Parts: sequence; structure tokens; C-alpha cells
Amino acid sequence: MKKTSSGREVRAGRRTWTWAVIAMLAPVLALAQEEVPTLNAGDTAWMLTSTALVLMMTIPGLALFYGGMVRSKNVLSVCMQCFAIACMVSVLWTVYGYSLAFDTTGMEAGVLNAQSFFGGFDKAFFAGLTTDSLVAAIPESVFACFQLTFAIITTALIVGAFAERMKFSAMLLFTGLWFTFCYAPVAHMVWSGDGALMWDWGVLDFAGGTVVHINAGIAGLIAAIMLGKRNGYPATAMPPNNMAYTMVGASLLWVGWFGFNAGSAVAANGSAGMAMLVTQIATATAALGWMFSEWLSHGKPSVLGIASGAVSGLVAITPASGFVGPAGALVIGAVAGVVCFLASTKIKRALGYDDSLDVFGVHCVGGIVGAILTGAFAFPSLGGVWSPGEGATIASQLWIQTKGVLFTLVYTGILTAVILKIVDAMVGLRVVEEDEVQGLDIALHDERGYSL
Amino acid sequence: MKLVTAIIKPFKLDDVREALSDIGVQGITVTEVKGFGRQKGHTELYRGAEYVVDFLPKVKLEIGIDDGLLEQVIEAITKSASTGKIGDGKIFVCELEQAIRIRTAETGVEAL
Repeated sequence: MKKTSSGREVRAGRRTWTWAVIAMLAPVLALAQEEVPTLNAGDTAWMLTSTALVLMMTIPGLALFYGGMVRSKNVLSVCMQCFAIACMVSVLWTVYGYSLAFDTTGMEAGVLNAQSFFGGFDKAFFAGLTTDSLVAAIPESVFACFQLTFAIITTALIVGAFAERMKFSAMLLFTGLWFTFCYAPVAHMVWSGDGALMWDWGVLDFAGGTVVHINAGIAGLIAAIMLGKRNGYPATAMPPNNMAYTMVGASLLWVGWFGFNAGSAVAANGSAGMAMLVTQIATATAALGWMFSEWLSHGKPSVLGIASGAVSGLVAITPASGFVGPAGALVIGAVAGVVCFLASTKIKRALGYDDSLDVFGVHCVGGIVGAILTGAFAFPSLGGVWSPGEGATIASQLWIQTKGVLFTLVYTGILTAVILKIVDAMVGLRVVEEDEVQGLDIALHDERGYSL
Repeated sequence: MKLVTAIIKPFKLDDVREALSDIGVQGITVTEVKGFGRQKGHTELYRGAEYVVDFLPKVKLEIGIDDGLLEQVIEAITKSASTGKIGDGKIFVCELEQAIRIRTAETGVEAL
């Protein structure tokens, strides 16, 4: 029943311990022939906590991180988008999302069928989920809620790309459709287990480098291009309205990410511990990487730079967190910090698209860096903690990781464009120029962010 | 009566206020403003996007005074607000037609 990409490895460990305990108590216990999944209180406590941490990453983490970066007339629109997405995705997850992502009916290792791409409706409305249902050693309710927080933050991340110019109604429609056709299927393909497309390929994605970051990142790029540049970009100055918010938001993201990465071990064990440690290492290294790059390039280090660097490190270590060791984390962090800096500054400016808050530059590019490097640094020869299967080599795994990246870019890229076209036809994507100039807070919500 | 308007650097406000108190000025109105003269702005950088910020923060003082005090006020402000560097500000002097104290309805110089 294990649903994580590290499933096989952890399951083996669990079985060994279970048998050891049973063997020791054999004279006392009744005959125990088969391993019965039982609830582990430690794992459950940790996963309950992780779920809360990951939700915090969106509200208020992302809301503050993004909110501080937009102009003051749009600060509430960002908060509204993040909050509304958290609510809407929760409902959709309940109705059919969890089922679409994690229903495994009809799936078989190595068999390619429709269920390799998306789950069925057997778990719609959480059918069959009771207080006693388990996934691994935790209640299924906790697992489902934990995964829900991932769905929430993935869809909320895209907000950064179309900030300051998208209609609220269009955003809700887009998010609902994108969650259905892009998030749930990709989560299914990478994480649902044997028979899933990318799981069977052997793609390593511990906590969502592909499912969350490359997915949201490419959607962000497509959205930024299709919605068009903000009125006056790039000639008009559009400085962040509250860098202190952004820094607080980035900090909440960092702390919450321990739940994101270490929680993806679905257990309170050594794997979670290592995931937490490598997360910290990569994040700090990436933050410094961006900071020094900016210092060299512009002459002064900035708060926005170091905060963005930290986020890029968090993104890059996400797929790697359960597989790499500290050495790998240092490399992944350093590369992500510098590469994402270039992607979000020089390259973005050179190519001319208005990805307002660098969803592509940080999340897609960072996710790609992390996903690819995971293929190398997971190996024990490079300090990794993964147990490669027979015949697996760095070269072969690098190719598998690349396949996963390319598939997601194409799949989500195309579908995002289609969904945006549909939503545009239904309600129109962008606000009118007058509303954009006045500011979305007043124009769309009749509210003022700051009454100073 | 004269209305003296002075644009000064924000950190000089306390010095100017003290200097004016010393010569007997009893009331000032202060506003935070932005502006530029010959002083250049500065650049700000946000993720690779460099912006030149032309408008600099300044403080504007408005003081209603009796004609007799004008020279002293100008000297007090000039001395206390000056740093010798570009951007020190300006003083404008206008004729003040009437002044009224709201509480007592006094007019003219008694209202200042």
C-alpha cells in the first residue's frame, strides 16, 4: 500500500523490524503468519505535524513571499489567490482529486494502461476511508491530507507567474482545471506506485521536484507568456512593496519545507532525518550561491536575492531529499543557487517574458537542476543513501531522470496552454487595462491592503 | 505676514525645529514629500531588474510668521538644514494674506 517513491526501500526496512519484534515475542503472541499493517504512533505524529507545516508553506508562507514582491496595490490579490486556492483545491481533492492521484485499481507493475496516467474514481469523496484505514503505518486520513497540502502549494505557486494582471474568476477556473488535468495525473504518474508511468520508469522524485516544481514552473512560464506582460513592463519600475513580508514568507517556506521533504518519508525515521539535514544544507548553500552571484554581478547583495536563493535550493533538493547525502546537497545547492539566479535575472531579461515572480526561473529551473542531479548524487559512490537496483548506473539513472523532466515539461506545457485558451474563451484571462492600472485589490476585491 | 515653505533633508528636521524654537517660532507644519532638484536619484535592484529612483524623500515645513521675523527665520533654517552637499533643499517665501486661530477666532499676527 506504500505510495512513496522510496516505498520499496522503506517497506523492506519495516518488514525486517516487524519480523524481529514478532520473532522475539513469538512464545507470547498468538501465531502471527502475515505482516498486518499497524499504526505507528511516532510516524503518525510526525506526519500530522508535516501536514500542518506544508499547509503553512502556502498560507501564509507563499502569500507573504509573493505578496511582498508585488506592488502595494496588488498585495491583497496575491493573498486572495493563495487562500482561495487552498480552499478550492481542498474541496476538489475531496471530491475526486485524491482518487485521481492515488487510486491504484487496475494498476500492475510494468503494465501500461490508462491507469498508468491517472487513477479512477474508487476513492472519490474518500470512499472507503475510515479512521482505521492505513497507508504504510499512518492513517490514510493523514496521508490524504498530507498529499492535499502538496496539491495546494503546487497550484498556488503558479500565481507568481500571472500576478498583478489575471482575473480572479479566470484564476479559479484555470486552477480547478489545471489541478484536475495536470497536477493529479502527474502526481499519479510519479507517485502512485507500480504500474504508474514514471514510477515504472524508475524516476526518483522524493518530495515533488517533478510533481510540484517542474509542473508548476512550466505552467507558470506558459501562463506568463499567454497572459502577456504587465502594463508598462519592463520600462516601468515595479519594485516590491514590502521586502520584510517576502523575507518572512521565505523563512516560513524554509521551515515548512522540513515537513515537505522530511515528511515525504511518510515515517519518523532515519530517512526523514537525512531528508531534513540535506534540505538545510542545500538551502543554505543555494542562498549563498545566489547572494554571491548577485554581489559579483551587481555589486551589492540583496535580501530578495538571498531569499530567492534559499527558495531555489529548497526546490532543487526536493526530488533529491530522500536519496542524496550531505555532499550531494552541497553540490545541488550551489548549482541551483547560481543557475536559478541566472535564469531569473539575465536569461529572463534577455528572453523578454514577464514571469512576474520567477515561477519558471526558480521552480522549473530549480526543479530540473534537482531532478537531474538526483540521478547522480543518489548513488552511494557520490555520497547518496539510495540503494540502486541491479544494473543501475549513474548514466542510466540520469537518462531516466531526464525522461521524467522532458515528459512533464511537454505534458503540462501543452495542457496548460489548452486550459488557458479554454478559460480565455469562457471568461477572459486578463483584467482590463483600467483595472490593472488601478490595482487588483480595489478593482477585483474592493479592498485596500494598507490603510496608512 | 509671510508663509515660509522650506524643503529640507529628512534627517535635518530636528535641527531645524530646534533652531526655529530658539528664535521664537511657535508653530510648524511638517509634511513628508518626494522631490528632486539637481540631486541625482539612486538605483534599486530587484532580481536583476534595476530601477533608477528619481524622487528622493524630503521633508516640507510650512511656517506662518510676522514680517519682522523673516530674516531670522531664513538664516535659522539655512544654517541648521545645511550639510554643504547637493540636495540640501530650498526655501520659498510667499505673502500670507490672513491667519486665523480656530479656537479663539483671533486674526492676523495674534493668530500666529
